[in-house]
Amino acid sequence: MSGAMKKHLLIFAFMVFPVAGFAAGGSDIHLDKVHIELSNKSSLQRGASTFVNFCLSCHSASFMRYNRMAKDLDISEELLEENLIFGEAKVGDLMITTMPEETAKDWFGVAPPDLSLVARSRGPDWLYTYLRSFYLDESSPGGWNNCVFPHVAMPHALYEWQGSQRLKDGDCKPHEEGESPFEIVIPGKLTPAEYDVAMGDLTNFLVYLAEPAKMVRYKMGFWIILLLAVLSVLTYMLKKEYWRDLH
Amino acid sequence: MDKLLGWIDERFPLTKVWEEHMAKYYAPKNFNFWYYFGSFAILVLVMQIVTGIFLTMHYTPSAEEAFASVEYIMRDVPFGWLIRYMHSTGASLFFVVIYLHMFRGLIYGSYRAPRELLWIFGMVIFLLLMAESFMGYLLPWGDMSYWGAQVIINLFGAIPFVGEGLSEWIRGDFVVSDATLNRFFAFHVALIPLLLAGLVFLHIVALHQVGSNNPDGIEIKKNKDSEGKPVDGIPFHPYYTVKDIFGASVFLTLYFAIVFFVPELGGWFLEKDNFAPANILQTPPNIVPLWYFTPYYSILRAVTDDYMIVLMALVAIATLVAFLNVKNVLGKMAAVVVGVGVIIAMNIFEAKFWGVVMMGMAIIVMFLLPWLDHSPVASVRYRGWMFKTAVTLFVIVFFILGYLGTVKPDDISLFWYKNVTWAQICLVIYFAFFILMPVYTKLDKTKPVPERVTS
Repeated sequence: MSGAMKKHLLIFAFMVFPVAGFAAGGSDIHLDKVHIELSNKSSLQRGASTFVNFCLSCHSASFMRYNRMAKDLDISEELLEENLIFGEAKVGDLMITTMPEETAKDWFGVAPPDLSLVARSRGPDWLYTYLRSFYLDESSPGGWNNCVFPHVAMPHALYEWQGSQRLKDGDCKPHEEGESPFEIVIPGKLTPAEYDVAMGDLTNFLVYLAEPAKMVRYKMGFWIILLLAVLSVLTYMLKKEYWRDLH
Repeated sequence: MDKLLGWIDERFPLTKVWEEHMAKYYAPKNFNFWYYFGSFAILVLVMQIVTGIFLTMHYTPSAEEAFASVEYIMRDVPFGWLIRYMHSTGASLFFVVIYLHMFRGLIYGSYRAPRELLWIFGMVIFLLLMAESFMGYLLPWGDMSYWGAQVIINLFGAIPFVGEGLSEWIRGDFVVSDATLNRFFAFHVALIPLLLAGLVFLHIVALHQVGSNNPDGIEIKKNKDSEGKPVDGIPFHPYYTVKDIFGASVFLTLYFAIVFFVPELGGWFLEKDNFAPANILQTPPNIVPLWYFTPYYSILRAVTDDYMIVLMALVAIATLVAFLNVKNVLGKMAAVVVGVGVIIAMNIFEAKFWGVVMMGMAIIVMFLLPWLDHSPVASVRYRGWMFKTAVTLFVIVFFILGYLGTVKPDDISLFWYKNVTWAQICLVIYFAFFILMPVYTKLDKTKPVPERVTS
């Protein structure tokens, strides 16, 4: 590390003391609630399909293996290989994008973040709202902007589905609460309602992707808690029995 | 069997130790709810060590791989997610248990003579636990891990003259880096657990030397039968062993309910910003420590330039109280010299440094409890309204400070005033609880203490 760089890092470290506020993606926009249902396997499968067809072109999910996903989502290995794996990847491989990082940086200015844990770091409601909040913005270099993540480098990957929307009156905050700030200018393949369902499925999948253990931990937890509750009752009776002669 | 035992006892005091510390260790028979937390603390310590060992088998302590190795544990290691959640939940519950254990000591006067050393060992355990969790929190190498460590280590930079060098020495680099991660790993898995185990041993030895206090704050050893057994005492084993087994079952039910159903506990046990890997170029939107540190973090941030005058007034009052309460002349002189010296220093060094000092003092001052409490009675049951009011205020203020540590100082999260202003008000009450203790515990009207423990 050069001396000048050290100095810069030091200055930088003190600049952010004690609280810093230049994190990306922060905005106080209202987030729409999404219904998460990990027991809905068909929703997860549709979400997985959307994920590998669109997201995985640029983003990785580098902590997740294809065959683990297939197993958890009841997808057969043949179906997995035929429909969900592109390029050279094997079934046991991690879900890495085929796009080289350098290319991504050239195109977008930043490397697209890994999505393995995005549902845990951002939250499902954030993702669901984000995926539905891209709008046309001539002033941005890519032509797209997003109400939830202003000036995001990512273009609207799903515009073919949603169509292109524009801000009604140039403001992400609607005049009345509950009203959409957007209007569709070029319709997409899906109706707004269908697009919402697709994004709900995708968000559902991303929640699974962020924590595959969620598929088992509630069920296992139920039995463990039941066991411990019974144990508590038994040990209480044991305690009573021992303490009886004291009173 | 008896022969084997005899063989061992000739070579090692097995039966003697068992009798002294379990079967013939007489504990007061009137322990209530609050007396579970000591045994819970041991239970959590053991679980942290066991889960920690398993995590260490799969975790990679390097800046490059740490984050990925935690996710590997969460996904590819069989039941790795369970071990990890047990460890992260255990860390938070350790503090819940320890705080309640300390609160028990506070209300029943368990720190009072002859239990001063017992209290001090306990306070050292508390300090070690804070170091242990602070260092452990860096290991997942998430963004909050990284920036949390960055901010806290930078605090040492506020110490005059040596600060910069000191924080650099702690990090082993100019910023938190691989070197920092590696040394924190070594401390977290080896050094501090060893010290903790040693201190817990000393804590129990000291406890068994003086005997347990109880909710009435009466010494059961003063009242013995013809065989020399305390009449209000019962053998720890089997009475308290079965009672603690029941307690542990209930505790584990709660613990596993969190582990299985809400391991993040809405961001209080696992923060969402820590699911993004450490990024030196991007801080989380609001850098906050985990909940158990937030009261002290609030105190740190409460000390601003225009607040120094209040701190000086606090020091002046503390000096006066010390002057009036210390018996010998040398002590009185020392109090004045230290008090005046600190006030002069407060005019020289910047507020940031005093924030760090006050944060440290918030914990150090607890060590002094045995000497600050001048009440003739130990338990809150026989104390007057002054002590009860003081403890209630202290607890409320502790919670408010804890909350304020999670929000931005310049926002208004409560009402009327900015968060930092509320923290400044709470800081005064927090320290007044300790500084004025010699005064209000002496003035307080107490009730007569019974001869025997009540049930």
